[in-house]
Amino acid sequence: MDPATRRVQAADRQWRRAELIQRVAFALLFIATLLVALASVLVMGLILIRGAPWLSWEFLTTMPARGMRAGGIFPAIVGTLELIGLTVVFALPMGVAAAIYLTEYARDNWMNRFIRLAIVNLSGVPSVVYGLFGLGLFVIFCRFGTSLLAGALTLAIMTLPVIITASEEALRSVPQSFREVSHSLGASRWQTVRHAVLPFAVPGIMTGTILGISRAAGETAPILFTVAAFYVPRLPHSVFDQAMALPYHLYVLSTQIPNIPQAHRYGTALVLLLLVLSLNVLAVVLRARFRRKRQW
Amino acid sequence: MVVTARVATAQIDVQDWSVWYGAVPALRAVNLDIRPREILGIIGPAQSGKTSFLQSLNRMTELVPAFRCAGRITLDGKDLYRDFDSQDVRYRIGMVFALPLPLPLSIRENVTYGPRLRGERTRTRLEELTERSLRAASLWEEAKDRLDRPAMTLSGGQQQRLCIARTLAMEPEIVLFDEPCSGLDPISTAKVEDTMVQLKSRYTIVLVTNNTKQAARVSDRVAFFLMGELVELDRTDVIFTAPRDPRTNDYVTGRVG
Repeated sequence: MDPATRRVQAADRQWRRAELIQRVAFALLFIATLLVALASVLVMGLILIRGAPWLSWEFLTTMPARGMRAGGIFPAIVGTLELIGLTVVFALPMGVAAAIYLTEYARDNWMNRFIRLAIVNLSGVPSVVYGLFGLGLFVIFCRFGTSLLAGALTLAIMTLPVIITASEEALRSVPQSFREVSHSLGASRWQTVRHAVLPFAVPGIMTGTILGISRAAGETAPILFTVAAFYVPRLPHSVFDQAMALPYHLYVLSTQIPNIPQAHRYGTALVLLLLVLSLNVLAVVLRARFRRKRQW
Repeated sequence: MVVTARVATAQIDVQDWSVWYGAVPALRAVNLDIRPREILGIIGPAQSGKTSFLQSLNRMTELVPAFRCAGRITLDGKDLYRDFDSQDVRYRIGMVFALPLPLPLSIRENVTYGPRLRGERTRTRLEELTERSLRAASLWEEAKDRLDRPAMTLSGGQQQRLCIARTLAMEPEIVLFDEPCSGLDPISTAKVEDTMVQLKSRYTIVLVTNNTKQAARVSDRVAFFLMGELVELDRTDVIFTAPRDPRTNDYVTGRVG
């Protein structure tokens, strides 16, 4: 065999090998992606199949009955919605204010680096620790008792790092030139933030807030010691009342109530899942919508 | 507020003005004066300190964190950096940037941005300001029927004239132009230049430009900057025909830069 032929054959072998590796790598990456999607589909599918038949208007709108083995989950839905609302009321202004401070005002010094570090750490704290913290600070020290107020404040603190990070990102994505133009037109720093930066960061802030809240809405641990009631025969009258909430109700149904129809649990799980999912979908839709409308 | 066609009378004197960003010098001991209702062209290669000088005049330099300065700039004898509030300076000395930078608001909202922040709420007054500013910036005829459409729907040249109108709506005495035509085609450039020449009857204009021909076309006097120093300042015809400094000659004849 002459050297030229041998070189061609070697190159051919190498090319085949590269081709094979490429195929294997592609297959592995695809399988990994598929598994992720599969997990999501299985969870939702299982809950949908087992829970959907149990859903009814009555299930959604009546109080639990017969030791929670029958009846509906109305108070838990209302409690969760109220918690979500209150959490937004506390977390959104504080989170946005902190993000504005960090992006528009803070200089790069040790204190602000410390603040940033603290916020990053806040997002790494396990949710049960938030629960205990809320119990110590809001329930006991502030004397709010086990109440909507204490629960919402606890969830707010848990949601803050998400809102701050998302808002910071949204504020930073507003072009620097808008700020310069505003200043050149005689605007003060605050006027610039208020009129030339914040309005254009609102979509990003909203998206981040909704995602943060949807995570908080599904948490059990933070509300375990701060607000959640095993069973309350009436809806909460004030923020100082205990309330039922979907995640904790699901936990109770699954572990504390013997001889309960399984579909009742899955129905509850489905309602919680739909609530959280619809929040996420809302966030995605809002983001897509504003991205299309964006003009710079 | 009474609507008056105010005519600029302000005199600016720059004495030994130096600027640093951190340890990096940007301007070294610049001395010059800006006379009422003239167009002062500023030319020079990149990094020559043109923009730093221009931004020193309305204190935009202060927004750069490591900005330091020495020397004095006076507006009618009063120290621009000590005797004025930075917001007031920017009201009296407006600025048009290199790129058309309308805010993502309507045409009308862009024009009235400055006056509204200053507290002007009267509708008729704002409308009048809008029309007058757009007319002065030669954009009224093109924009009058779509004042409430987004400013981004205008063409690049129209956007730049909108930015001029927005600056004029603050009724400044001095308007700083920072390479206002760098992103524009020749026809839009001609329109912006015409606008500047028309504005000269009422406003003082300082024009930084990379286009020496533009400086020759519209300026009354031209200052040549190099490496942060003012090399030469003279009447436009002198700078372009008989400059004293050989470096100026090299630059305007296109041998360097």
